[in-house]
Amino acid sequence: METMMGLINLEHEHHVFNELTYFRNHASIPLAGRYRMIDFALSNMVNSDIQEVAIFTRSKYRSLLDHLGTGENWDLDRRNGGLYILPPDWNDPTDVSKGDLRFFHNNRDYFNRGKSEYVLISGSQFIANTHYQDAFRSHVDRGADVTLISTMAEKLEDEHTPYFRIQADDLGWVQNITNERNNPMVFTGTYIINKSLLMELVDDCIAYNHDYFFVHGIKDRLSELRVQMYRHKGYSAFINSIESFYRHNMNLLTEENYLELFYKPTFVRTKVSNNPPVNYRQPSTVKQSILANGCYIEGEVEGSVLFREVMVNEGTKIKNSIIMQRCKIEEDVYLENVILDKDVHVTKGQRIIGSKDKPYVVAKRREI
Amino acid sequence: MKECVGMLLAGGEGKRLGALTHHIAKPAVPFGGKYRIIDFTLSNCSNSNIQTLGVLTQYSPLELNKHIGNGKPWDMDRRNGGVILLSPYTAKTGGDWYSGTADAIYQNIHFINQYNPKYVLVISGDHIYQMDYQKLLAQHKETNADATISVIEVPWEEASRFGILNTTDNLRIYEFEEKPAQPQNNLASMGIYMFTWETLKAYLMKDSRQKNSSHDFGKDIIPKMLQDNKRLYAYQFQGYWKDVGTVQSYWEANMDLLDEEDWGLALNNQNWRIYTKDSNFPPQFIGGNAVVNHSMVNSGCFVYGKVDSSVLFTNVRVEEGCTIKQSIIHPGVNVGRNSNLERVIVMENTEIPEGTNIRAGEKEEPVVINQDILDGMLAMTGGGK
Repeated sequence: METMMGLINLEHEHHVFNELTYFRNHASIPLAGRYRMIDFALSNMVNSDIQEVAIFTRSKYRSLLDHLGTGENWDLDRRNGGLYILPPDWNDPTDVSKGDLRFFHNNRDYFNRGKSEYVLISGSQFIANTHYQDAFRSHVDRGADVTLISTMAEKLEDEHTPYFRIQADDLGWVQNITNERNNPMVFTGTYIINKSLLMELVDDCIAYNHDYFFVHGIKDRLSELRVQMYRHKGYSAFINSIESFYRHNMNLLTEENYLELFYKPTFVRTKVSNNPPVNYRQPSTVKQSILANGCYIEGEVEGSVLFREVMVNEGTKIKNSIIMQRCKIEEDVYLENVILDKDVHVTKGQRIIGSKDKPYVVAKRREI
Repeated sequence: MKECVGMLLAGGEGKRLGALTHHIAKPAVPFGGKYRIIDFTLSNCSNSNIQTLGVLTQYSPLELNKHIGNGKPWDMDRRNGGVILLSPYTAKTGGDWYSGTADAIYQNIHFINQYNPKYVLVISGDHIYQMDYQKLLAQHKETNADATISVIEVPWEEASRFGILNTTDNLRIYEFEEKPAQPQNNLASMGIYMFTWETLKAYLMKDSRQKNSSHDFGKDIIPKMLQDNKRLYAYQFQGYWKDVGTVQSYWEANMDLLDEEDWGLALNNQNWRIYTKDSNFPPQFIGGNAVVNHSMVNSGCFVYGKVDSSVLFTNVRVEEGCTIKQSIIHPGVNVGRNSNLERVIVMENTEIPEGTNIRAGEKEEPVVINQDILDGMLAMTGGGK
């Protein structure tokens, strides 16, 4: 039976997260109350029957390691296969590779030892709850070398700018990969490639001193390869900036979007915690919000996303904000259009108001 | 060798819990929004560093076995020891159901002997409390006791509902009275025993040969030990403790959690957390017209109506126009529009149709419903009650 192995490649992902990436890399940014960015890519792989996943990560990966652990929450704690977190560990004196090719070169063993003949490669910024079984079947049936997963953007936003656009013919054969801003057919950064071809292209890229596998190995050699496009349908988002992060968290406050992202086809997996249910005290008023377990609410919360163990004291109002894990908001505080990173402590009586387009961000562990 | 092995009695049928225990053992009954009753004792063991624990199951053990699994949520997935499920078994010499609490331990003497422990802790899986068993063990060693029984002070007027231990000033037990009409003391046994294993073993063997014994700790073993003038001490526990043996007390204990601080319970105490097998449901979704007050709501819930002084387990849906008051809603329940529930315990996966009204009066026992009971009610009244 044909199977895929997975690779999440965090190199060459564009992002502008400012405060949110002071202490972590972009793949471990928390979102939607209890998840982190990487959960989506990882869950989608596991939901595609992939039993081994490697992660290329260059820096600030402490929280990523903590989050992923042995991979047990994704059923990736396996005797064979499982999760391989591969930070830079480069000891080959003959190594001349550059860019993400260094990761490929120095981790050849991962690919060579894996039994699968196909590799599903993705980044971390395409947020969807899906599986790639159908795309994989199409890849095999059509005898493609590479299958690119795309999605049609309903409305082009700033966050789409860094992603390649795809032009394909009626049969799905890719004619062109461009930076054409007005083309709504956006490449999700996810693709399926035959493993032997992958290794060949890696060698080739290194031989020619290239530093970006997808660009030089696939995009630039499009005419020589049989490249298919497979379109993802259904709810999705690209998150690569504070603005897109804020907007997409807020979009989840509509039940329809929330159900699409979290209940179909299966749950997004994440590290489980052991927090008690949300404790609504008297008085408390919560409307149009999502709250993770362990929260303790005495105040007012409206149109907001609260992560685990957030404490909202009496007289406080939180509106259209994202409050991350273990933040403590004392009495009589007013927060609107604000993002508080983990462990922020807001003292009594503070008022912080950001704008809808530029939410006010407070970095991890600050006291205000 | 292990210093202390725990034996957790979890085979009880819990008859007085009615429909709640039709298909599951009492310790597996959902409690407190995301837990099961047994999680409290399992977490106590984990937090007290009791790393070897036998769980004695008998009545409808499927859910319980599934829940406990290899003990991972409680850090009890150990190479040496850990949690082991002990169900009744047959052997060359025959086999039988556990005929009493003492018999359950007796039939597993070989399990305990493997670890050659000095002490054995016997607890039951149907009480809600947070307790450090190491303190009990410390006192047990200090007093050089044969058995130490944990006790809690109960109001004098209620003492006749409990097993009462009569003690001397230094807490040495000289008499045990089950539900005394005229209590001489107000120290009630919590069903938590620390035994010196050599002594207990001898008594279990002796008791097993007694034809007329009910093989029960409270009725047979403890009275026999007292008769023989063994060193029995009471350990005085301070804090919240509740036997959730009846629908009323089950409901009360859940309500107590809503004011956990007042009771000295702390589900989220970093040093004494209650652990459970966690589901992977997304965070709860609270709608634009929802009113949630003085309640506990777990992940996966969608709330559009009014929830007051209630406990909502995982994946409960409360539609618009509903009022849920002083109720306990188990996982996977859907409450249809404009329904009113007051003092109701709704069991797993019940579909409550639009406009259903069910309430138990202030003085009545809370109503327990599941799909069958509800369908019966609705058939009789043609909707609404």
